Amino acid sequence: MSFLQLAHVSHHYFSKKGYTKALDDVSFSIREGEFIALLGPSGCGKSTILSIIAGIMEQTSGNVLLQDKPIRDSEMAIGYMLQQDYLFPWKTIIDNVLLGPKISKTLGNDSRKLANELLNEVGLPGVAENYPSSLSGGMRQRVALVRTLINDPKILLLDEPFSALDYQTKLKLEDLVAQLLKTYNKTTILVTHDIGEAIAMSDKIFIMDANPGTIAKTFEVPIELRNETPFFVRRHPKYQILFDKIWKELDTEENEPVTAKVVASSDDQEQ
Amino acid sequence: MTKNNDKQLFQEYKDTLKMEKKVVISWQLAILVGFIALWEISSRLYWIDPLIFSSPVQVFEVIISSISEGSMLLHLQITLFETIAGFLIGTIGGIIIATLLWSSKRFAKIMDPYLVILNAMPKVALGPILIVALGTGYISIITMGAIICVIITTLVVYSAFNEVDPNYEKVLISFGATRWQSFKEAIFPAAMPAMISTLKVNVGLSWVGVIVGEFLVAKNGLGYLIIYGFQVFDFSLVLSSLVLIAVFAAIMYKLVERLEGWLIKHST
Ligand SMILES: Nc1ncnc2c1ncn2[C@@H]1O[C@H](COP(=O)(O)OP(=O)(O)OP(=O)(O)O)[C@@H](O)[C@H]1O
Ligand SMILES: [Mg+2]
Repeated sequence: MSFLQLAHVSHHYFSKKGYTKALDDVSFSIREGEFIALLGPSGCGKSTILSIIAGIMEQTSGNVLLQDKPIRDSEMAIGYMLQQDYLFPWKTIIDNVLLGPKISKTLGNDSRKLANELLNEVGLPGVAENYPSSLSGGMRQRVALVRTLINDPKILLLDEPFSALDYQTKLKLEDLVAQLLKTYNKTTILVTHDIGEAIAMSDKIFIMDANPGTIAKTFEVPIELRNETPFFVRRHPKYQILFDKIWKELDTEENEPVTAKVVASSDDQEQ
Repeated sequence: MTKNNDKQLFQEYKDTLKMEKKVVISWQLAILVGFIALWEISSRLYWIDPLIFSSPVQVFEVIISSISEGSMLLHLQITLFETIAGFLIGTIGGIIIATLLWSSKRFAKIMDPYLVILNAMPKVALGPILIVALGTGYISIITMGAIICVIITTLVVYSAFNEVDPNYEKVLISFGATRWQSFKEAIFPAAMPAMISTLKVNVGLSWVGVIVGEFLVAKNGLGYLIIYGFQVFDFSLVLSSLVLIAVFAAIMYKLVERLEGWLIKHST
């Protein structure tokens, strides 16, 4: 049974000058507990897909269904981690983490306790009263993860969460996140530019085409790799085989223009 | 050994900072004393007309005598009260209007040309109309002080609201925040530095509004004293009022600066 389903979703960005078709007829479905990676060139609409699922924007056509009901009607929490951490600099770490419960008016001692437990779990004990500016990039990213997890989202959307980190921190965080998500059995969509990261973390990989954004190809990650931690996946013999296949697929795309062009509206052209 | 050396270097650095500060303050004092001395001397030696430019000693005497007799304190109190009231109403009013503009994009678009006109218009030109409408009491003078800073506050704060990184709002929306919650949690605190910097500008502006208001209509206040002194050709009175205005405007500015430091510490 599909848990989250996108059916013929298209999205246009409109402006005075014209419009950009960011997504064209995107359809896929995800089972509960599955880990999906979205891989594709810059500007192919990865962030747009996540924003639509998160309910920040509405698609211009098509349907997004969560357990066969429109996602807008769903009460289920969706956790969205943006491309940067976006911790609120004027709030302490603990207040940042407790933002979700505060918004949903469920703030209490329970959520406070959970916040401290989760901060411990990601290896950040004793920073609760600090401000984000005193934390390193990797630490901030972990706080952002806790801020997302504390609402107990059924679906987790991660938009290049590790792209701004150095390689070592990135590998460590990948392991941490993979282990956390496995324990809590979260359904996850991870957006990334990094083929290795996609293979290391996910069960299924969607390759996207740009201009307009579509799903070009789907790769299943072999079962042997799924059960390894991300760090060890990278050393598995099957890793390189899949890596090469995906590389080839992306390479053929590269010959096409990358950014979606703005289509000028007809009355603009007359002027 | 190196530790001692580090400490020594740090100490030297602190000493140079202290030294620099001393030099700056000495120069500042020297300029003040020099100015007052030059003023006194040129007045005594008739380089300038003492009837028009008075002299520090005379100004000082006028201030002391009028304070001891109580009239100056009354004028000062009234002007201070009007300025602070105008400053507060103008600033808070501006922030409230900016919030209303933010709450509806359409309202903001509709209001845009009117705000531009109001901003471009010299507000003191409204003085006579205010007096006709609101009478010759404190109300119209306070309104004058408020009106002169409300529009610019509105524009600055509204644009600060709009410049807040939309991704903070996205985080909140993904948690299911309402628009009002987004405002409270992200927009308002993120625009705090801009609001604080309007405070400083508004201190100066509300003084302008109140003094001009007093020029036009008042029977009390430092602005009135200036006009009165001018009419009876008592320039010592005019200059003493000016000195008092300068001193208290500076004090108010410093207080706002303190407040700014405190706000920044407690809101960031
Ligand atoms: N707010 C917007 N207004 C207009 N066009 C937009 C807007 N946001 C995105 N686009 C366009 O839509 C397309 C898809 O953008 P999107 O941000 O989803 O790409 P992405 O795959 O996340 O890219 P990246 O990997 O660089 O983050 C791009 O061509 C972009 O120019
Ligand atoms: Mg993106």
